[in-house]
Amino acid sequence: MSLIRRLQYEAADRLAGPMLGRYGRLRALARRSRGKRRAGPPQLQSTRKLKELLTTHYLAGRYADGAVPVAWVTSGFPVEILRPFGFHVVYPENHAALCAVQRQGVQLAQVAEQWGVPRDTCAYARCDIGSTLAQMTPVGRIPRPDVLLACTNICQTVVYWYRTLASLLNVPLFVIDTPYQYGEPDAHAERFVARQIEEAIALCARISGVERDDGALGLVAREAKQASELWGECLAYAKRKPAPWSGFDQFIHIGPIVTLRGLPECTAYYRMLRDELSERARLGIAVVENEKHRLVWDNLPVWFELREMSQLLAREGFNIVVTTYTNGWAETAPMFDEHDPIGSAARVYSRVFINRGMGHRTALLRSLAKEWGCDGVLLHSNRSCKPYSVGQLDLASQLTRDGLRTLVLDGDHLDSRSYSKEQAEGRLSAFMESFA
Amino acid sequence: MSALRIGIDLGSTTTKAVVLDASGKIVATALERSEPRAGDQAQRMIAELVRKTGAEGAPVIATGYGRKLVPGASKVVTEITCHARGVFAQLGRAGLLIDMGGQDTKAILVDGTGRVADFAMNDKCAAGTGRFLEVILPRLQAPWDKLRGMYQSAPEAVQVSSTCTVFAESEVISLLANGQAVEGIVRGLHDALAERVVALAGRMLEMSKEVMLSGGVANNGAMVDALGARLGAPVTVVPEPSHVGAIGAALTPP
Ligand code: SF4
Repeated sequence: MSLIRRLQYEAADRLAGPMLGRYGRLRALARRSRGKRRAGPPQLQSTRKLKELLTTHYLAGRYADGAVPVAWVTSGFPVEILRPFGFHVVYPENHAALCAVQRQGVQLAQVAEQWGVPRDTCAYARCDIGSTLAQMTPVGRIPRPDVLLACTNICQTVVYWYRTLASLLNVPLFVIDTPYQYGEPDAHAERFVARQIEEAIALCARISGVERDDGALGLVAREAKQASELWGECLAYAKRKPAPWSGFDQFIHIGPIVTLRGLPECTAYYRMLRDELSERARLGIAVVENEKHRLVWDNLPVWFELREMSQLLAREGFNIVVTTYTNGWAETAPMFDEHDPIGSAARVYSRVFINRGMGHRTALLRSLAKEWGCDGVLLHSNRSCKPYSVGQLDLASQLTRDGLRTLVLDGDHLDSRSYSKEQAEGRLSAFMESFA
Repeated sequence: MSALRIGIDLGSTTTKAVVLDASGKIVATALERSEPRAGDQAQRMIAELVRKTGAEGAPVIATGYGRKLVPGASKVVTEITCHARGVFAQLGRAGLLIDMGGQDTKAILVDGTGRVADFAMNDKCAAGTGRFLEVILPRLQAPWDKLRGMYQSAPEAVQVSSTCTVFAESEVISLLANGQAVEGIVRGLHDALAERVVALAGRMLEMSKEVMLSGGVANNGAMVDALGARLGAPVTVVPEPSHVGAIGAALTPP
């Protein structure tokens, strides 16, 4: 690894953030002096810090290969184990979501389609493969990986997706297989997962040339646990009526808990966000004026429509206050145990809700609706994400029987060609009218 | 101020308007094929109805795909809510309304007060809608008013297995090329449509005693028969089936 490269990487990682922060504050001041104001409640102050964190992460990424070991990982991979080895970690899913928000996702997905990836494949995979093939990204540059790490707890798609990447980039791939948990958590399966995590650690040590340090692994587990618990506290503030922030905000602020989990800056970020939300709650600031109805959202968001959808709902006094997706990062992570970093990681990552049977998912939705005081549930039937969308009709019937109003909304988290805006907005409006 | 009220339903295929009096009775109706300039068309249709009925100053409530385009509308409501309200005003009881329109088919579970208890719609696809028949029937040279007779006289249904409108059209062409009788194909097509509708309504069928049919396709007797046969119980055709949405709109408090 070259020294100059390392210096560039460190500079981007350490100096760029504070500079960006200052630049952001200046821009905000300029905007204020020009009299530009956004409608609705003021933006969360933490948003600026969020942008700074993620921009720094992507900026440092440009110089990462050649400076430090680089891994591309799936969102459900036990990333904590990589931290002591000094990996720069790239999350293709997070990157694809970013492309979607910037409305570049479809263009990249089409590159993959022309190359031969069928349109039925998850659009995250298509976008990422397209971005890799065309070497195109809105973040400037994505560093080349030394290793690809996937975990099947979110879906099986990742196996085929990462195999494709492995052959395109000619780098090794390691897959952690987390058997699907139909009923109660299965100790045998979790031991099997723990053994694979051990193997993954050995591989990371080999690639990075750094020796395994169990003390360091414990510390990272502690950091991850803290950050996840703080994230859980943030989500819980939306239980207040009216809620100080919405599910749409949560989709945005989920970035660090997914990509920077286990790092101190991630924990610090959620402490800041938690404090801001607590202040908002104390002052009684509501994110939706006249909040009348509270909803649960199931599945990933429609990334490219976040703003429009939140405005459509807010205009009628509807607020999404909790989502199964954002809750996912608070649900199992408190089980991290610094004294048993590997065994606890096996439990945390095997029990993510999308790796569990319908019984668990029904119970989860019921309890979220109850705890967050919701009277309706929006189930986003996501054309891209089959494992998350399958069973939603049954879920809807169950929840309707409980007295909740439900709507199954067709869409896609990235591919706007699979989303009919007019129809979706019509369905949402009709759904809201039915509460009258 | 007149006590009359106007409801207008800008559908994907046709635009419907009604004028109701204070008691909710229909005073006048209008129906045209939807034009590309939906706002202008709505304005013209409303002006004509106002001239005919003297409904100057009556509130106009708009619904349907083009609902946001009606100039001067005092309220805009989705077609789901309007259909529930319209069918309840006409029949006065709870039930499962199937509205088969040009581009979409809706299943709306209406409760005992005329409100929407649940609903489902076909997504992103014209299979199972009026459009499906519009595309295919010209291939068979089967006029709309002869369909019921053809459906009933067919000795047996010729199975049309494609539910995709485009595929079904080519399937019908090859069935004809193989010498299948037109009547049998008409029967097969309507049975396939009924099957789609039942799949759409799904669990809502169990929650309702009566199935009601509205929308332009409700004027097609073959569809009424096919749906009744599939459900094993007769289907109630709502009076003024094309205007249910517009009636519901007119009944919406402005
Ligand atoms: S299929 Fe679903 S879980 Fe799998 S990568 Fe795509 S969005 Fe994620």
